[in-house]
Amino acid sequence: MLCNEAAGPCLSCDLCCLSFRPAQYVFYQTMCLISTKCGRIMARVSELKDAALRAYRAMCTARAFDTKVSALYKAGKIFGGVFLGRGHEAIAACEAVFLRKGRDVYNPFIREMAGRCAWSDDAVLESARSYFGSALGCMGGKDGNVHWGIPAQGIPAPISHLGAMVSVVAGMMFAKRMQGVRDCVGVVNIGDGATSVGAAHEGFNLIAVEKLPVVIVVSNNQYAYSTPNSQEFACASLADRGRGYGLPAYECDGTDLLQTLDVMQRAISAARCGEGPQWIVADTLRMCGHGEHDDASYIPDEVRQKYAHKDPLEVARRELMEQGWLDEQEDASLQAEVRDFVQKAFAQAQREATPNPQSMDWSAVSWKPVRT
Amino acid sequence: MSVTYIDAIHQAMEELLEEDPLVFIYGEDIAGKFGGAFKATKGLADRFPDRVRNAPISEDAIMGMAIGAAIGGLHPIVEMQFADFGTLALNQMGNNAGAHFFRTGLPVNVTMRMPCGGTPGGGPFHSQSVEALFAHYPGVHVFTPATVADAYFMLKQAVQIPDPVVFMENKFLYRWLKADTWLEDEPLPVGRARIAREGEHATVVAFSAMVPEALKAAHDLAEQSGYELEVVDLRSVKPLDTDTILASVARTARLLVVSEDFPWGGVASEVVSRVVAQGMHLLDAPPLRLTSKESPIPYHPDLWRTHRPSSSTIAEAARYLISL
Repeated sequence: MLCNEAAGPCLSCDLCCLSFRPAQYVFYQTMCLISTKCGRIMARVSELKDAALRAYRAMCTARAFDTKVSALYKAGKIFGGVFLGRGHEAIAACEAVFLRKGRDVYNPFIREMAGRCAWSDDAVLESARSYFGSALGCMGGKDGNVHWGIPAQGIPAPISHLGAMVSVVAGMMFAKRMQGVRDCVGVVNIGDGATSVGAAHEGFNLIAVEKLPVVIVVSNNQYAYSTPNSQEFACASLADRGRGYGLPAYECDGTDLLQTLDVMQRAISAARCGEGPQWIVADTLRMCGHGEHDDASYIPDEVRQKYAHKDPLEVARRELMEQGWLDEQEDASLQAEVRDFVQKAFAQAQREATPNPQSMDWSAVSWKPVRT
Repeated sequence: MSVTYIDAIHQAMEELLEEDPLVFIYGEDIAGKFGGAFKATKGLADRFPDRVRNAPISEDAIMGMAIGAAIGGLHPIVEMQFADFGTLALNQMGNNAGAHFFRTGLPVNVTMRMPCGGTPGGGPFHSQSVEALFAHYPGVHVFTPATVADAYFMLKQAVQIPDPVVFMENKFLYRWLKADTWLEDEPLPVGRARIAREGEHATVVAFSAMVPEALKAAHDLAEQSGYELEVVDLRSVKPLDTDTILASVARTARLLVVSEDFPWGGVASEVVSRVVAQGMHLLDAPPLRLTSKESPIPYHPDLWRTHRPSSSTIAEAARYLISL
């Protein structure tokens, strides 16, 4: 049933794409990219060129942001924790490049900086403001680091309780449906650890029951803070959980740009076209601690070695060059450009006013009773 | 025509659905022919099939979904089947909905209805009054109507208020409390307590099902001893109308606060704390609290009646307070 000449070209390719095993997926990729008789799939890869380049730019921007914010943290310039998305860039960027700000709903959280960058050019400045608690940021210093959101623009502000945002995205999509908005999709991010949270289960089930156009992206980075997968869940794959909710489940190597892009595009299109919720498990390794306070010494060397050559940025760069979509010079100028962009954003955020406790409206409610 | 407390809630929701296309109702067993565990939504799904929807048994996700829907511009009303189970949505209400306006500048217009309070045979997990747990969180309003008119008007006001509101319906009052002239009453604004009965010898602050008990106690005490209790119905425990309470205490110089909730850290404690902090000089005697016992709510009706304050224990406490 795989895409080779003996099995026939295109129809079986679609079956490959909906298959659930990474091994088959890699096979599909390899076969399709080298097959001369499989023009449709060759065409499909080229269709992804624009999205791939946008995703790569977002990934590089996020990496530059992470490098900068980590340095600032180590210099003692950041108030609270710093949480990086190293290792998650391909997953986050690939999901967000297919979303449209103003119409879709995007729920990034801890490790989706690349997704935020792909969603909006404002993300770098807003993230810098969030870490510095700038009064001009969308949270005005009332919340910080990775918690920022602009709900009215479709990017809700996540709370720290893992799993809580799953049902919130469900509600945002429900509101669109009730108000007659079609052709929209919501993307929820969750990690391997958060799949154990009761609120997440409730949300997944609700999304499935209501058949809402939501794509649930499970980034399995193998460690929930310090807890390995073996102590987090007992099923063979987290894709089984998606199937358990009655959802189509995809698996991909989340360090591989083209493979991840392809899966995201299919799942997001399916949800957008009315095929109901979709479940994606993207595997990676967190290439940093839970936060910058954490040296991740609990990750064994053999696991690190396995991923030594799977930095999503390096894989993406190699793939884009193999496709002839990027050359060394373009890449060098892109890296310089995003570093400057990040540097300027941090410089601006750092200069901005901080919130004034005396003049701030401390009210937690928008409505107050009339006093006579 | 005589209308019950739950009829008033049903009517308020029906009118809200008619008047506001952004209102929808979401909860367990509320749709279809069933119409809710207490029939508060009976028939509404027939008229508004897309806007009265059954939810899976997922209190956290029900509330989270309502938050998302409110962010998306809707005015959701969610029903928790029992307030006891509403604690499963406490995180979403307190940490997510309650914090939302402060964090983002966008209020979350969610109304969470919860049948609270004890009934004979309800037992430990179908009887609780959890208003203090929700009121603890900044950003959440908590309404505790004690009359048929308030059940109607305050539910409509709850949906008009752009912030999250916990609407505590007392299920003891659902079919027991009736009124004839309820719609003619001019509704008090939310946030204002009501002097349910005027009196000069002591102030009794109560809310929810304790208001009718306090009124009966005041009636009995007046008949038996000639003492006149002033009964203050809080109506909403958050906002808490400290002004009306203090004004009443200024007239009577004695304070008894009655609550059906457990004693530790409840609304009664909050009221006493505020009166002492702001009006100790008004008091001629130490303020008293009368709450349920510090034990889970028992099943047998004889145990239950003793566990919660009643008109007779309120009258007894008031008599003691006046004797001080």
